[in-house]
Amino acid sequence: MSEYTAHDASGPSVGIVTKQSYTFAEKPAEALVLESGTRLGPVTVAYETYGELSPTRDNVVLIHHALSGDCHAAGYYSKADTKPGWWETMVGPGKGIDTDHYFVVSTSILGSCGGTTGPCSTNPATGKPYGLDFPVVTVGDMVEVQKKLLDHLRIERLLAVVGGSLGGMQALEWSLRFPDRVGGVIALATTMRHSALAIAFNEIARQAIMADPNWNNGHYYDGEKPATGLAVARMIGHVTYLSDVALRRKFGRRLQGKEDFSFQFDDIDFQVESYLRHQGSKFVERFDANSFLYVTKAADYFDLERRAEADSAVKVFAGAKASFLVVSFTSDWLYPTYQSRELVRALKKNNRDVSFCEIKADAGHDAFLIPNQRLSRLIANFLERVRREQSK
Amino acid sequence: MNRANDPTRDREQLTDPPDDDREPIANPSPYEPDAGGLRQPEVANGEATMRFDLSVIASWIEPGSKVLDLGCGEGDLLYQLKQTKNVEGTGIEMVEAKVLRGIEKGLTVLQGNITEEVQDYAAGTFDYVILSQTLQQVYAPAQLLKTLLDIGHQVVVSFPNFSHWKNRWQICWHGRVPISKQLPFEWYNTPNIRTISIADFQRFLKKMGWRIKRETAINTDHHDRYGNVVTFLPNLRATYGIYLLAKR
Repeated sequence: MSEYTAHDASGPSVGIVTKQSYTFAEKPAEALVLESGTRLGPVTVAYETYGELSPTRDNVVLIHHALSGDCHAAGYYSKADTKPGWWETMVGPGKGIDTDHYFVVSTSILGSCGGTTGPCSTNPATGKPYGLDFPVVTVGDMVEVQKKLLDHLRIERLLAVVGGSLGGMQALEWSLRFPDRVGGVIALATTMRHSALAIAFNEIARQAIMADPNWNNGHYYDGEKPATGLAVARMIGHVTYLSDVALRRKFGRRLQGKEDFSFQFDDIDFQVESYLRHQGSKFVERFDANSFLYVTKAADYFDLERRAEADSAVKVFAGAKASFLVVSFTSDWLYPTYQSRELVRALKKNNRDVSFCEIKADAGHDAFLIPNQRLSRLIANFLERVRREQSK
Repeated sequence: MNRANDPTRDREQLTDPPDDDREPIANPSPYEPDAGGLRQPEVANGEATMRFDLSVIASWIEPGSKVLDLGCGEGDLLYQLKQTKNVEGTGIEMVEAKVLRGIEKGLTVLQGNITEEVQDYAAGTFDYVILSQTLQQVYAPAQLLKTLLDIGHQVVVSFPNFSHWKNRWQICWHGRVPISKQLPFEWYNTPNIRTISIADFQRFLKKMGWRIKRETAINTDHHDRYGNVVTFLPNLRATYGIYLLAKR
């Protein structure tokens, strides 16, 4: 896979990659039973792999994407493709997750629109897209689907599960749902459960979509998309992923291509407005509005304390067996450091092996996606250690 | 007799030359990623490269035990203990760059404040809790040591001996707050909020009723790399006191 030799700041790329898929639960009797009790089938899961699976199948790292990502974590789809996967700076030969050493599996999550079954998939009962008939899914359901894929690939044990934000939630869920199958957990900029602040922003974003007349109760697949609503939802999300400092540095109060205010509403005055509108309209081209509703709902529902039926965080990780690396970023106000510390405390109280570092970064919540030598080194050395201890 | 009025000259004679290998804690060394790649090279961290006081502590730890190192820095001691004694170790360190270094060495390190972090462990979680050269910076030392003796079966405590003769000389003769290799700070930038002598610490232990399982006083060279055990007049001649404590 090395015919493509694009280099970025972090080194060479995994090259040309192919999106693959696996479908299961094709017979009604085999349907996936979701956390809500609803049965779902068939289920297709889209995935990509990078690197080589070792003969003993002991070098597998599973990557989880965040809210708006998909399974395309690294590499390019063709030689003409200018946009690499979302974690190109972390995944590749010689990088933080080194594809010369590890076999990396990356899937698209259930309920989203990255090729895995979601509200825009065809409902076998009607022959039309599910829309809001798609059942509400949880982070646990996403993880169940990933486990089905790994069973299919005959991968029994994961060296590590890695993810940031919603991806970190999946990684944590893996450590509890399948404790015997996970060696290490790398949880970046994540939380054991959403704060009221995080739920509030998600709700505003959902309301923006649902207030768009084109949304039409989720039935828009044969007509106009709720583009305005989804763009506004993305704009809200984008602000929460950045930070005051990052916004100040990037835009300040600079005006967009003008010397003075326009004194109008249909014109763009500030650069930050232009940036957000651009982000919003770009997002509409690649993301499904209903998926946004489902995925944000799953993130809001995620609650490890509730899941463990624990009266406090103390018992949450009683069943976990993995080693953990927890990383937060100083300027992240969506999942602030205190939430990572809560997670670390819960792990300590259960006598789990846990390392924690708060990395100084101005970029806000998105800091884990931005090239960061410190983070790459942390991840590389943690994976190395887990592998060393596993082979003992 | 104007010597006391000429502080700079005398001061230079009595104070150790400025050291280059130990940054004040208040001003940590900047993190420098090495150019050789992402993985930490296997550094030979043998006895000779580790501080002498840490070597003494390492010699007290039983193989295969569970160790908590408070204020672990870049994890030199834990690394050594992991390599040579196969301990299961956790370090706690405040400074991000040092935490990163420790984790990169393959150690388990938590970034945080000692006093807060130790609260999360259940009684008897560790075989050893190590508080190396940090006691002089702790706000409530009696309370902290009580917690440590709770979460660990045994506690190692080491501290710079304030009543070393060089310090006494600086106070008595020059009327100046001592500055030495072990106490390298000026009054206005020191992180140390307490002065502890071996004699004072022994009195304190007696008062608390804790058991001293081992104690040693050491005198170290300028770089703290080499040293010797002091048995004669330790409160006067030793640069560090090191104790192994248990509740009873």
